[in-house]
Amino acid sequence: MSDNLTLPAQQGPTGTSTETLLAVEGLTKHFPIYGGFPIKRKVGAVQAVDGVDLTVGVGESVGLVGESGCGKSTTGRLITRLLEPTAGKITYAGQDITHASRRQLAPVRSEIQMIFQDPYSSLNPRQTVGTIIKSPMEVNGIEPEGGREKKVRELLELVGLNPEHYNRFPHEFSGGQRQRIGVARALALSPKLIVADEPVSALDVSIQAQVVNLLQKVQEELGIAFLFIAHDLAIVRHFSQRVAVMYLGKVVEVGDRESIYNRPRHPYTHALLSAVPEVAVDDEGEQRERIRLAGDVPSPIAPPSGCRFRTRCWKAQDKCASEEPPLIQLSGNRGGHLTACHFPEEPTTEARDEDVVMDPALKALEDSAADEAPVTKD
Amino acid sequence: MTTLTKTEDAPAPSGSESFLSVRDLRVQFSTEDGIVKAVDGLSFDVERGKTLGIVGESGSGKSVTNLTVLGLHNPRTTTVDGEIVLDGKELVTATEKELEQLRGNKMAMIFQDPLTALSPYYTVGRQLSEPFMKHRGVSKKDAKDRAIQMLEKVGIPQPKVRFDDYPHQFSGGMRQRAMIAMSLMCDPDLLIADEPTTALDVTVQAQILDLLKDLQQEFGSAIIFITHDLGVISNMADDLLVMYAGRAVERGSVKEVLQTPKHPYTWGLLSSMPRLDGDIHEMLTPIPGSPPSLLNPPSGCPFHPRCAFQDEVQGTLCTDTRPPLGEGRASACHLTAEQKQTIFIDKIQPRLR
Amino acid sequence: MFQFIIRRLAGAVVTLFLIGAVTFFLFVAAPSDYASLACGRDCSPARLEDIREALGLNLPIAQQFWDFMSGIVMGRDFPDGHCAAPCLGQSFYSGDFVWDTIMDRFPTTLTLTAGGAVCFLIIGVGAGMLAAYKRGSLLDKAATGTSMVLSSFQIYFLGPIVLTIFVYSTGWMEDPKYVPITEDPAGWFIGMSIPVLVMATIFTAQYTRMARASMIEQLAEEHVRTARAKGMAKKFVFFRYAWRGSMIPIVTVLGIDISSMLGGAVVTELTFSLQGIGRLAVNGATTKDLPLTMGVMMFGAFFILIVNILTDIAYAYIDPRVRLS
Repeated sequence: MSDNLTLPAQQGPTGTSTETLLAVEGLTKHFPIYGGFPIKRKVGAVQAVDGVDLTVGVGESVGLVGESGCGKSTTGRLITRLLEPTAGKITYAGQDITHASRRQLAPVRSEIQMIFQDPYSSLNPRQTVGTIIKSPMEVNGIEPEGGREKKVRELLELVGLNPEHYNRFPHEFSGGQRQRIGVARALALSPKLIVADEPVSALDVSIQAQVVNLLQKVQEELGIAFLFIAHDLAIVRHFSQRVAVMYLGKVVEVGDRESIYNRPRHPYTHALLSAVPEVAVDDEGEQRERIRLAGDVPSPIAPPSGCRFRTRCWKAQDKCASEEPPLIQLSGNRGGHLTACHFPEEPTTEARDEDVVMDPALKALEDSAADEAPVTKD
Repeated sequence: MTTLTKTEDAPAPSGSESFLSVRDLRVQFSTEDGIVKAVDGLSFDVERGKTLGIVGESGSGKSVTNLTVLGLHNPRTTTVDGEIVLDGKELVTATEKELEQLRGNKMAMIFQDPLTALSPYYTVGRQLSEPFMKHRGVSKKDAKDRAIQMLEKVGIPQPKVRFDDYPHQFSGGMRQRAMIAMSLMCDPDLLIADEPTTALDVTVQAQILDLLKDLQQEFGSAIIFITHDLGVISNMADDLLVMYAGRAVERGSVKEVLQTPKHPYTWGLLSSMPRLDGDIHEMLTPIPGSPPSLLNPPSGCPFHPRCAFQDEVQGTLCTDTRPPLGEGRASACHLTAEQKQTIFIDKIQPRLR
Repeated sequence: MFQFIIRRLAGAVVTLFLIGAVTFFLFVAAPSDYASLACGRDCSPARLEDIREALGLNLPIAQQFWDFMSGIVMGRDFPDGHCAAPCLGQSFYSGDFVWDTIMDRFPTTLTLTAGGAVCFLIIGVGAGMLAAYKRGSLLDKAATGTSMVLSSFQIYFLGPIVLTIFVYSTGWMEDPKYVPITEDPAGWFIGMSIPVLVMATIFTAQYTRMARASMIEQLAEEHVRTARAKGMAKKFVFFRYAWRGSMIPIVTVLGIDISSMLGGAVVTELTFSLQGIGRLAVNGATTKDLPLTMGVMMFGAFFILIVNILTDIAYAYIDPRVRLS
């Protein structure tokens, strides 16, 4: 997991391998909105994903972070081809699978697996755990050495479940255990890439770490590449060697873990990191910057022109509205650390001289409090 | 739960200005599967103008406790024992009429999901005005003025226009702001916020948390802040109560509990959460197993089946005796004070950095 | 709102046309025809041809269909006189204009529907709400139990029992019959009270159960709890916050019931020997009377479409999230 590998591609993988497993270029998904009378026609589109570039190297773990509606889950579903892309290109192991048919996809499908968020609804309640884990092998006609049942028992053991629970039903397991079953199912076909869509966010805090550790073990021991989609920045940092930050359907910043978390350039990345609530385990420790944005994420039906973040950005200027910033390597950034911003921030997350408070209500309350008595910053 | 020792609660603690005082609260639901002991002998105090954080996972009883404070539990299936005293008024035995006078007036609540917690059938303005009209007996117009003022205060743009909008016309963050405005309409002395930011995005959460803190400065309400997120509580609360299986397992100031935690469960929570500045090569240390069923909680210390330090306690104390929670800064654990300190310094603290 | 109604009415016209077309062609495609039925046992080909011509059955099918459909809008001339719009043709069997026959029967059906609806809305929904409000009380148990028993009854079972008790054995009341309300309001009321009440009883029981279930579901909603957390009184919360949401399933079922009852309540009419639309439909179908069947069919379809539109407007009124655009 060294950071100083030479990178062949502009957005090349870091990590143990330099070989690209998955490459996504200009990936776009627009969900049409129909309306009108008497004939229904397309009146608009939800621009869920709009020109996303992303690579995942062999055995690499890439994190995809962003808030709800940023398109991170849609991206995951496009890559696993659960959704049909509107435009763009998906290349898996050198093979273009963007619009591959079922038959063309068959050999690839077993290599790309998905783990879902909700361990309650993603397992068929009427099937035993054994059947659930076995079914991907049956569908793909794979007969492992020693038979399918033996393989299932091995998988159960691998994910930390009792192999004797082969004949139990999902409702007999707790949430964390069900997520383990989901992991075992994903592993049944010995995949090379797992797309994990918020795999721990439905679990209790004390259970999350169990599943994160399991995924980490799987990634390291089996050399499986991960696209780890989550909104929890601390967990993504823990799990991913490279991280892409999405906002309103676009990647606004991507780079190695160190660059994104300690040397971010995009104002949105700064805002996200600053918003993460952290436990103060001691009194020392560097002060983090405080950035409070205004309002919510705009609608992806009519996203802002130019830079999509400009409506909530404290650095926005006219140029941001007219010109969309390209995703490029800024001077001073490491190779592979790309940022889409006209007016990037300083590469540090330390506290600023003055907090950035965009929220009008917060500003008003804090100003009036400051007038009454000079309060120390928290 | 047959070998229960005398519970943690001696008479009320020091005569500090505790504004809300809960003593030996027990809440049980009867369900088809049996009796659920949702809250089992819980005591805590909230001081005027201060924030008490209650942290726990699903099923820890944290939400039930606070619905019971407001008297919003289902009386048909729930039995409540113990004492809840709000500003000298006993609430467990209070009549429905008396509680109605207090709710929304002296004590108000902010719920987790503002989309379902606001009625889809009436305008935001009307829902805000109602409690003010009821509790203050003012005219519709005065209530409207107050509602618009509060909407503005919580940062709703164009509050005069938005007054007539329905909740579904608001964005998620704006809905939660409206909910906060509603809870503050009558300037309550106690505000109960039940996971108020869990349904929100992280940047919006940061806005709302700061807003709540600033509003508390202005209104001087005491807040009970319920959450599962230790990070959130670290920034919000003065005091902290850690709950597990319907009981309080650790109590103290936020600083005390988070910087020198004394209960294995708190240790487990802290070391299972990755930090933004933590060592990435260090594996997380999860708490093994899963939270217990409240239908049939473990004997003795309810945490013992998941506890890594059970062996350090002599004999079968952990499995057959419920550890009491002392007064003030305390943790309900059979480990000795020295053991707690050495384990924390040697084994836990290194993981947290 | 206005645009919505216009759009839905336009849609209704198209649907009515399609229903007419489907009925017509299904009827024509059916193996037996009315002419040979009317011709009787010793039927000569010449006589059959005469009958066909008299009924217009010798014309091309497309022509017959066009005559029927255009008659609805513009009226139609028959040998025995002009049939004014909306003309649904002339019955093969009786020779009467179908529209007139329907109008003759409709007051009976309307009385049954309106009377029934008033009963089951007020008593049924009211009892259901009250049961939900006092959930677990004796009243709730009584309401739930009674409605459980009553809703498992059928009109053809309950009807004869009531008739036996109140009419045949005691003679307290007369046989049910329809007297026009314009002629004798009291007679109308008395004559129709038994059928209306018997039919309403069964519906009432269903509405009680539905209203109770729907209300209990609403009372568990989070926004209802919020209203209580604001200090609003239980009664206020019940009638202000929970009530609205609980109306949505009731409106849905009410729409279906009303429109089907306006299309004819066959079982009730047969049980109490009333002459309503339902019986007309049965007659039309059994006698292979094409114009009558189509007329009744389209008359019923018209109500289904209108009630559907009204139901949608009611949804929008109840729930502001439903937009009529």
